[in-house]
Amino acid sequence: MYLTKEEERILAGERGEVLERMFRLLVRLGDIYGADRMIPVGSVQVAGVSYKSIGDPGLEFLEDMAGKGAKVRVPTTLNPPGMDLVDWRELGFPEDFAKKQLCIMEAFKKMGIMMTATCTPYLVGNLPRFGEHIAWSESSAVSFANSVIGARTNREGGPSALAAALCGVTPNYGLHLDENRKPSVAVKVNAELKHNSDFGALGYHVGKLVKKGNPYFQGIKGADVDQLKAFGAAMAASGAVALYHVEGLTPEARLMDPKNLEVIEVGERELKETCEKLNTGREPDIVILGCPHASLKEIATLANKLEGKRLRKPLWICTARTTKETATKLGFVEQVERAGGKVVADTCAVVSPIERMGFKRTAVNSGKAANYLPGFCKQEVIFGNVNELLKKVLA
Amino acid sequence: MISPGKAEGEAIVSKEPIGFYGGIDPKTGVVIEKGHELEGQSVKEKILVFPQGKGSTVGSYVIYGMKRNGVAPAAIVNKETETVVATGVILAGIPCVDGIDIDKIKTGDKLIVNADEATVGVG
Repeated sequence: MYLTKEEERILAGERGEVLERMFRLLVRLGDIYGADRMIPVGSVQVAGVSYKSIGDPGLEFLEDMAGKGAKVRVPTTLNPPGMDLVDWRELGFPEDFAKKQLCIMEAFKKMGIMMTATCTPYLVGNLPRFGEHIAWSESSAVSFANSVIGARTNREGGPSALAAALCGVTPNYGLHLDENRKPSVAVKVNAELKHNSDFGALGYHVGKLVKKGNPYFQGIKGADVDQLKAFGAAMAASGAVALYHVEGLTPEARLMDPKNLEVIEVGERELKETCEKLNTGREPDIVILGCPHASLKEIATLANKLEGKRLRKPLWICTARTTKETATKLGFVEQVERAGGKVVADTCAVVSPIERMGFKRTAVNSGKAANYLPGFCKQEVIFGNVNELLKKVLA
Repeated sequence: MISPGKAEGEAIVSKEPIGFYGGIDPKTGVVIEKGHELEGQSVKEKILVFPQGKGSTVGSYVIYGMKRNGVAPAAIVNKETETVVATGVILAGIPCVDGIDIDKIKTGDKLIVNADEATVGVG
């Protein structure tokens, strides 16, 4: 790989141990994937934040880096931790877990990372433009940035994203290059998609089938940003899809030629079977919405649905803290709380230790959450659209 | 070379890929994956030889944690190093080479790994 004079110096250790090691990581990854050079990135999203996923080894690594004076060079935002960073006690998060989680946050903060604590950085001010090179981890955000915005990022892991943040560059390979953004398979959809959960089910089904490819969807008549957010998240969870195109909807679709591709057909029957497969329980202990994190629009819609109603079971709407603050000012949080629900900031169902908090059956409208909750959180899942789920828990 | 350095030690060979997250205990260096051919064996201070990594990207942090806890292998030799292992050995500073014909190596062989020159020799 071609390296600039400055990059050679970093690799020789002239800019310190931390940069040398992190830059070496980028060079090796670049070598493995055949990158020709490094390219500057406009922003970074760092995943691997919850103590539940990275454990003590991750915490020690981050504290070591922060202690050695590591500082990010480009605007860098952060994924959700395993708890609400303010209301964790009241919500019942375990004390030992919270202590470790706060140490992780401190280490990230020391490195100059913005404590956005959300999987939807694009909703809270880290919004790349079309064609911009970025280095993001968090598979749902990667999918959104590539597919809905047309920015360019590979599916980074936590450490490689952190390395990009500290070095300001990423190796030029994969989805940074035009030729790898072409569709690999066409998906013809013959089904009505109304709710976010319909998009979640379709995403889950297609992710399983295409695994790592770039699907090109035909027959999807319309979708708002929240639905595309749920759609990409599910595909990235059940498979490893980092980029999809939707004919007539996503910005790069018109540049692509879907002819001569293998075709997968998906109809109402496949979606119904997917919903049945994702449903492993019946009566929920809790309903958790906001995977990926809810937008202000989604919170407003839910608040209105809950107006004048009373919940019999806990309901969490997970979102970014800044979105919660706006929703508080606009009165939506009070509306949700009056019905007995909570707007939970920072964390989400997937990365929080809900299995240690007395919950065994969780209802979700997210294909991504339905994919991970049985394994990560030992939950039985009730999967459905938001109206069906609310019906189960409203008095 | 994936990660620089030199090491000598006894080989422990796995024909199967190794997933470090949930596969090896970062506190003891013992393989804990159920049914894995190395289950119950320690990789501490050995030259760990396996075709490639597998599984969760958190595995990189497990490799780093093993090093911090003093139970890491002295070096790693792969047929083809993928990103989880590459990330882990670079973070941890464990010598690692790939592109090696590992079929010729047997558990118990004394090996000399010179990652700087991408060579694996018999000691």
